[in-house]
Amino acid sequence: MAHEMKMNKKNMVVVEGSYAVAHAVKTCRPNVISAYPITPQTHIVEDLSKFMADGEIPNCEYINVESEFSALSALVGSSAVGARSYSATTSQGLELMHEVLFNVAGMRLPIVMTVTNRAVSAPINIWNDQQDSISQRDTGWIQLYAENIQEVSDMTAQAFKISEDRDIMMPSMTCMDGFILSHVYEPLILLEQDITDEFLPPFKPERTLDPKNPLTFGAFADPHFYTEFRYQQECAMQKALKKIESVADEFYDMYGRYFGGLIDEYHTEDADIIIMAMGSIIGTIKDVIDRLREKNVKVGLLKVRAFRPFPAEAIMKVIRDAKVVVVLDKNISLGMNAGALFIETKSILYNTDITVPVIGYMIGQGGRDIPMSTIERIIAEAEEVIISGIKKESQFTDLKEELI
Amino acid sequence: MKSLLAPGHRGCAGCCDAMAAKFTLMAAGEDCIVVTPTGCLEVMTTPYPETSWDVPWIHSLFENASAVASGIEAGLKALGKQGTKVIAMGGDGATMDIGLQALSGAFERGHNITYVCIDNEAYMNTGVQRSGGTPYNASTTTSPAGKVSFGNPRPKKNMPAIIVAHGSPYVATTSLAYPKDMIAKVKKAIEIEGPTYIHCHAPCTTGWGYDTSKTVEVARMAVQTGLWPLYEVEDGKVTKVRKIGNNKRPVEEYLKMQRRFKHLFTMEGGADEIAKIQAIADKNIEEFSL
Amino acid sequence: MKIVPGAVCEAGTSRVNKTGGWRTFKPVYDYDKCIKCKLCELLCPDSSVLPKEDGYFEFDYDYCKGCGICANECPKSAITMVLEEK
Repeated sequence: MAHEMKMNKKNMVVVEGSYAVAHAVKTCRPNVISAYPITPQTHIVEDLSKFMADGEIPNCEYINVESEFSALSALVGSSAVGARSYSATTSQGLELMHEVLFNVAGMRLPIVMTVTNRAVSAPINIWNDQQDSISQRDTGWIQLYAENIQEVSDMTAQAFKISEDRDIMMPSMTCMDGFILSHVYEPLILLEQDITDEFLPPFKPERTLDPKNPLTFGAFADPHFYTEFRYQQECAMQKALKKIESVADEFYDMYGRYFGGLIDEYHTEDADIIIMAMGSIIGTIKDVIDRLREKNVKVGLLKVRAFRPFPAEAIMKVIRDAKVVVVLDKNISLGMNAGALFIETKSILYNTDITVPVIGYMIGQGGRDIPMSTIERIIAEAEEVIISGIKKESQFTDLKEELI
Repeated sequence: MKSLLAPGHRGCAGCCDAMAAKFTLMAAGEDCIVVTPTGCLEVMTTPYPETSWDVPWIHSLFENASAVASGIEAGLKALGKQGTKVIAMGGDGATMDIGLQALSGAFERGHNITYVCIDNEAYMNTGVQRSGGTPYNASTTTSPAGKVSFGNPRPKKNMPAIIVAHGSPYVATTSLAYPKDMIAKVKKAIEIEGPTYIHCHAPCTTGWGYDTSKTVEVARMAVQTGLWPLYEVEDGKVTKVRKIGNNKRPVEEYLKMQRRFKHLFTMEGGADEIAKIQAIADKNIEEFSL
Repeated sequence: MKIVPGAVCEAGTSRVNKTGGWRTFKPVYDYDKCIKCKLCELLCPDSSVLPKEDGYFEFDYDYCKGCGICANECPKSAITMVLEEK
């Protein structure tokens, strides 16, 4: 379906990305918010705390926990009693939650958490890349990546709707680049309360902790059962592929805004070169494409919005006829000398008839600036691949050789 | 009072966890939600698809029971569900070691929850390894007595005092030997608004090495020697103490009942070590006027 | 059976697991000595001492593991442990 944006500029306000997220969370009528402060997530939880102090979030408890580990653990309890539950974190905080992330997914608790993507220590670094959430890709959380603050605001409501669907019941991370989106002031339409109340019905899980029907949550499963529970989680992830698309469409019908479902495309129809990326870098890439299109360079963009579940079919459909695919990763799988999106993309093409060459660039580590000139250089190198094949399959970008 | 812990659980014969859980539920009744961290109690009661719990129950992880309980309490409050009591019930390792941070956070925040520590003085679920609750000179698999060691070189962590320091309105110690005492204290703890704490001394037949019929007898001896004083602390002040009086017994009688202290009676220098344990008991007797 | 997502269990289902088979010694109850103090019922870790209408007790041998706590603690020695015959 076509998704022409229907946004009334009169309704737009200029706010910080973190405020947009906090406002969206409030609009989704959460029952329990539990979070621990960490840069650059702090403005989100501060704004939510102010909403609480002003009595603007009814029927909600805010828990000022003593760690990220407890932040998410508290939500295990609240979600299990049927409370809509939310948290926000980043980087070290997300890594500290690692054990709980698996637990939440395994217990099928549809918690939503904003991740303000940040590099991980050591060396300690508070700036943006996406190593933190990418490192949690196997935990069973749906992962959505936003390109701007309008998208991450809207994505918050979508995430609750996807996660709480009874066929899915898996938690979601809505990922926004730290500082670049969390601290940027941009015009947007704040999530509308009246439409959201219709779009996102109250959370009514099938099973809860309730003395009237005393169920046991979190039993241990021996080898006779464990595989089947894991299989059920994978099935739910596969169902989420369709749900992410349908929820994005439903959102468009009701709100008039669309930023893609599993993926989004920009000038891909006739593109010889397709760039794949996630997050705020999408804006920069679009600007570069606009410039190059004027020079008749056939370059397009495949924005990956859902990294988990991984949209293999949607990606294959788009890149099938390209002459080269360039994958940009704000993360590194050490020991593979490659980023995760590149690795996944290559893996879905094997055993298919798609033979397009794929090259990868690890870019923007620890907040390193990504100028348009870098993207242009990468595209120039991709053009070389079309002519003379792959010279370097995956590489670090803008390495300062003089420092090494 | 009906038992809300169903039989068929996989606890050892004479299991302390089963007794402590049963007493706690007798005090709590049906309108409660229980959180249990990873450990014997969790494993023995909930092999999927079976559970021994006749009340709503949740296990998440080893170190987060107090945080999960916090979330349950907050969730119930947000949803306007009143009256349901929230109880966390875990072993000494989950309480005093790996779960201490979450416990501290929950108590500092003042959630209306009751935490019951079932203290059997070592990591029993993984095979009797030393914990912060293991007493002085106990031989465990990671603090074994040997040619140059009398076992665990450190005294027990004083967990009730740590909770008192958090400003908890009610902290009490109890013992499996006195089920009515335990039930009364859990009941009192649940009824008091705010985070309350019960620390139950719970001998483990397997880990401590005594006959399965002696769980209560060993527990009683711990109290009668003064090694495990029973007391209540309300708003920071000791308000009640269970006197030993004429029933006072030397620690030797308690120690010789258990395999984990056997080396103290065979090793050279053992008598001196027993004297040190007697000193711990004497200090308790003096401190609490037992 | 079908598994429930999240491994949720229905209350009290461990009753299908008859632990009586673990027993080596079994408790035998002497009505004449019993003073109905209920201590055995209270202490039993396996909830296997069942009260009867007349105030006395009987053992639930389906679950009793034969730990012997009831016999050890009975103030009137009304319970004795005897070797299980199998």
